Amino acid sequence: MNQIAIIGTGWYGFKPSTPEVSFREMVFEASTRAYQDAGNINPRNDVDSFISCQEDFWEGISISDEFAPDQLGGALRPTMTVTGDSLQGLAHAFMQINSGIADIVAIEAHSKASDILTYSEIVKLSMDPIYVRSINPQNFHFIAGLDSVKFMERKKISREDLAMVVEKNKNSGLSSPRASYASKISAQDVLNKEFVVYPLTELDIAPLVDGAIVIVVSTEEIARKLKKDDYVIIKGISYATDSANLETSELGKANYMRIASDLAYKMANVTSPRRYFDAVFVDDRYSYKELQHLEGLRISDDPSKDLNEGNFSPQGEIPVNPLGGHLAKGVPLEASGFSLLLDAIDYIKQGKIEKALVGSWRGIPTFTGSVVVVEKP
Amino acid sequence: MKVNLYLNKRVAIIGAGLTLFRRRLLETPQEIAWEASSKALEEAGLELKDIDCVVIGSAPDAFDGVHLKGEYLSHGSGGIRKPVSRVFVGGATGVMTAIAGWYHVASGLCQKVLAVAEEKMSPARPHPQSVFKYIWDPILEKPLNPNLIWIFAMEMHRYMAKYGIKKEDIALVSVKNKRNALNNPYAQLGANITVDDVLNSEVLVWPVQLLDVSPVSDGGAAIVLASEDVARRYTDTPVWVEGVGWTLDNTEWPARDLSYARYVEFAARMAYKIAGIERPNKEIDVVEPYDPFDYKELHHLEALQLAKRGEAPTLLKEGVFDIDGDIPSSPSGGLLGVGNPIAAAGLMKVISIYWQLKGTAGKMQVKKPVHTGLAQAWGDLMQAGTVIVLRN
Repeated sequence: MNQIAIIGTGWYGFKPSTPEVSFREMVFEASTRAYQDAGNINPRNDVDSFISCQEDFWEGISISDEFAPDQLGGALRPTMTVTGDSLQGLAHAFMQINSGIADIVAIEAHSKASDILTYSEIVKLSMDPIYVRSINPQNFHFIAGLDSVKFMERKKISREDLAMVVEKNKNSGLSSPRASYASKISAQDVLNKEFVVYPLTELDIAPLVDGAIVIVVSTEEIARKLKKDDYVIIKGISYATDSANLETSELGKANYMRIASDLAYKMANVTSPRRYFDAVFVDDRYSYKELQHLEGLRISDDPSKDLNEGNFSPQGEIPVNPLGGHLAKGVPLEASGFSLLLDAIDYIKQGKIEKALVGSWRGIPTFTGSVVVVEKP
Repeated sequence: MKVNLYLNKRVAIIGAGLTLFRRRLLETPQEIAWEASSKALEEAGLELKDIDCVVIGSAPDAFDGVHLKGEYLSHGSGGIRKPVSRVFVGGATGVMTAIAGWYHVASGLCQKVLAVAEEKMSPARPHPQSVFKYIWDPILEKPLNPNLIWIFAMEMHRYMAKYGIKKEDIALVSVKNKRNALNNPYAQLGANITVDDVLNSEVLVWPVQLLDVSPVSDGGAAIVLASEDVARRYTDTPVWVEGVGWTLDNTEWPARDLSYARYVEFAARMAYKIAGIERPNKEIDVVEPYDPFDYKELHHLEALQLAKRGEAPTLLKEGVFDIDGDIPSSPSGGLLGVGNPIAAAGLMKVISIYWQLKGTAGKMQVKKPVHTGLAQAWGDLMQAGTVIVLRN
């Protein structure tokens, strides 16, 4: 398999609500910027395939794939939907290019979460109708509560550690243009809040955000032609599901991240991830998830110790979410993986790092994660 | 569109499995997916632990009533502790599932892939058609409260009006496919019916009548795809994926020429180019076009370049598309005869061609020797076309 290149990125939104645009207009804004960034390419002639990442129930539209092509320039072209995180869509683009069927692929993902009036009820519809939904859970965060308690018990992680993650990420977000929820908050502020579900407060849980992201990828040969050396390489990529059933997945461990990262490391020939990467951009939609995912990614065996020693801070040995993660930027539904990837690309292009690890999770109640190894060419 | 004639790797189908297609199966969607998956693994001679990646195809989440349906189905599809993802292009999903399985292997990412499609339409209340109330543009179309059969009635009417086609000519598709389905052990609606039966059936939305339409169904389908070296180790009769194509037209269906499915033509041309097919009507030996309505089979045969525009009904009358004809069409019985659990129905069409080319189609086996076959599906707002070409 050949590595592929990210040659264009475009985004719009990252605001709690976007009443000025429909989701299609938002994607149009993002795609126009991405094609411009990719060397001013014309999607009608230059892009071979288009991938959309979306889920029907979030859109409030059955068969939301119908609304994928126009705003991307993908009408009457090979366009399809991957109902998964945007990094899974990126993996499909990786496969299409490596199969020889496409040289340039555009992938979009978006969130119009502000349109969703019954978010909690929709999340419940993703739970097994017989074994989980039937108990009528009052608060879907209960799964995160169980998962975090088991993880914290196993790895000797305290409530203070979780609060420190929130403080680090909300503060780091102040240097990102996409962080609507960044703030100069302290760990004590987090500890003073009431629990939503023990041990998580409102500040431990990333809010939703509106946004659209389009990423254009190509073979490395085309990237060199269009962008000289102003592109980023995808050296390894994978995704994995632990088990979709709550009762058969292992709570307290991010097995999905371990499986996906092991496959991505193998592809990228990474043998010692802690030493290899300069920074990590990982899903932190619950504060404990950042630490749990770092363990799954083999970045840290003792996340509490590393956190307290400052190893994960923007100036630390291996910065984790130095642009704020989801806690500062919000969760843009299927675009979550791309949101983290955009941070990694920004950090690389700003010259702060050369090699980054991106890890995304699909959220409650899933046990699915995706991992990408991105580098300067 | 870039179409590289020198694809990197050859990919074969080495196993397939189907469940019964029925209204109101008692099994859960996960159980339906696993029944199809385990049969495909058994035919391939593989175990679940041998599978590297899983691809799932399923149409609207609202049918099964589960949000993030790919996640939910992964357990039943054998997608445990391995890469799993779901693809979705509405009714065209079944063939897209096979296409995605193909590029999982052709890219080199996986050696052995299980591609699974499942649909359980029965639970939708008050009727599965209700799910289609929410497929429209929320601003421009939803206030009119359209019904899916209305727009297909418009398309059928347009097709008939443009080429002067009669209802009785179209009804022959339903007669042929339901007859073929009598030979299919998985079929829901195999029957010996006449053109008069179709013409006398209940009018749903003129000119669409009850026997012009495929039924509501539950069902699952699965195939195992493998790289060339793996395929040759496990079978003496691999069936190769020689061409793939998919296209999505724009969302604005009212502005489209409803008499011709150009999105299917574009998808077919992509697949033909990859497969090196220049004269489809001479080179395709057997075909499974998507037939949720009887007129759609004719519509699609024309878009696939197997008949000239407006001439498919004449060829049908001449017997060209019969099971003993020059280009047998829907020898499985198609959606009209076997049933239409949306995504599973599309993958069932791929499986039908696979079994024909392998020579294991049993009573469904067409009379002529076959080497090249094609399966096609169609979906979204009359805008998605997916095509796969197989060879033995």
